[in-house]
Amino acid sequence: MSTPQSSAPKLELRGLKKRLRNRQVLDGVDLIVPKGHSLVLLGGSGSGKSVTLKCTLGLMKPDEGAALVDGEVFSGAGADPKRKDEIQRKFGMLFQGGALFDSLTIWENIAFRLIYADGVARKDARERAIATMKQVRLAPENADLRPTELSGGMQKRAALARAIIAKPDILFFDEPTTGLDPITADAINDLIVEMSKELGCAALSITHDMASARKIADEIAMLYQGKIIWRGPAKDIDNSGDPRVDQFVHGRAEGPIQAVV
Amino acid sequence: MRPFSDIGRATFAVLREFGRFTNFAGRAAVACVTPPFHLGQFLRQLMHVGYFSLPVIGLTAVFIGAALALNIYVGGTRFNAESFVPNIVVLGITRELGPVLAGLMLAGRVSAGIAAEIGTMRVTEQLDAMTTLSTDPMRFLVAPRVLAAVVTLPVLVLVADIIGVMGGYLVATGSLDFNGPIYLRNTRLFLEAADVNLGLIKAAVFGFIIAAIGAYQGYNSSGGALGVGRAATNAVVGATVLILASNYLITAFYVA
Repeated sequence: MSTPQSSAPKLELRGLKKRLRNRQVLDGVDLIVPKGHSLVLLGGSGSGKSVTLKCTLGLMKPDEGAALVDGEVFSGAGADPKRKDEIQRKFGMLFQGGALFDSLTIWENIAFRLIYADGVARKDARERAIATMKQVRLAPENADLRPTELSGGMQKRAALARAIIAKPDILFFDEPTTGLDPITADAINDLIVEMSKELGCAALSITHDMASARKIADEIAMLYQGKIIWRGPAKDIDNSGDPRVDQFVHGRAEGPIQAVV
Repeated sequence: MRPFSDIGRATFAVLREFGRFTNFAGRAAVACVTPPFHLGQFLRQLMHVGYFSLPVIGLTAVFIGAALALNIYVGGTRFNAESFVPNIVVLGITRELGPVLAGLMLAGRVSAGIAAEIGTMRVTEQLDAMTTLSTDPMRFLVAPRVLAAVVTLPVLVLVADIIGVMGGYLVATGSLDFNGPIYLRNTRLFLEAADVNLGLIKAAVFGFIIAAIGAYQGYNSSGGALGVGRAATNAVVGATVLILASNYLITAFYVA
């Protein structure tokens, strides 16, 4: 069993392997995200980005390897189930579709962790939810609406507010701009950068939106056939020297990566 | 074609599914009796499973009681036993028809609803979101539904028993020329606490089956709207079969 280490990176993926339906989806993924850094994981559809995120968050069990938080194994071999809840409280996650709870109002969605996991009184939780709504520039008048009554962009803001309300140490973003118009997508990207900087947390995002990656990443890594094939500073993505990365960055159908149609 | 291997594969698949469900039901049962408890969710489910099921349970019971009285009367006249209508109606309703029909009606209404609701949450990543928010969906979603069904189904069956007997009474006094006070007196004298208790025990078991199988199907659904639809269908079919099978087992055990 591992213990938290102050010198350890905030998040580390060590040799993650996962096989699904006779296909090796992850084939030894290694990544490190230090405190205050934002890493974007690029990759085409079916390249294993979502599986990487699910294995990291403990929503899926890796066949081999582990995800470590502050040097402590959270997911994979050697994880201590008794420590899971405490480590999980360091996470904030923005899901691709928002994943807001339909049966709850917007403020209840945002304050969900405070009310049901931390035992905060509903009155206090509501106040904190409304303050967080203002932080993500979501009008407090929307607090008592249901998620289905909001636009896609507003739902993403509410989901972002839910992810940051408990001031997490690590933020995860799954395709944060998918399904949004370019202006709203850019506003969400700005919010992600602003919130990550404000909280000083580590951020791991997965996306195939290059504009989003350039905006929110300090570092970019590219996943292809279950392996990290390139990793470097975001500014170097156009000069990676890897034809597969070049093809992806420029969105060309012709090249070493075969499009899945 | 290899019939033996096909039969073997199908048998293993059924056993595997049964094993998974048993494991899930066990975890749900543990979640019902160990903290944290989500009282607000439980009360909401009490309303949803119990209160809102009253109309369908009441209507089913009154018609079944009425039809039962007519059938027993017709059968009884063949050997001059028509005076036993109140006795057999109350016995049939409390021991068998009340709990089984309430269970079957709720298998359609509640089990399918739970499967569809939790299934939709699964395919839209709401269950994953709940987990990342340090809240166990088994405790927040499944346990309150199971507990509410176990608590409310006996109450619903008690209501069904009363309304079912009333249905028989209305037909007997309205169109079969029975004397009202005598009908009620015969009903009361013939009824034993054991008859009602058997129905209530069955109801609690059926409540657990209905909620647990609905939650299990929803929890394990995948593949978008098609998967959610399949989960709802499987929940109704599974709950119906398990209710009828457990009804026989409980009756046999009780009689023995």
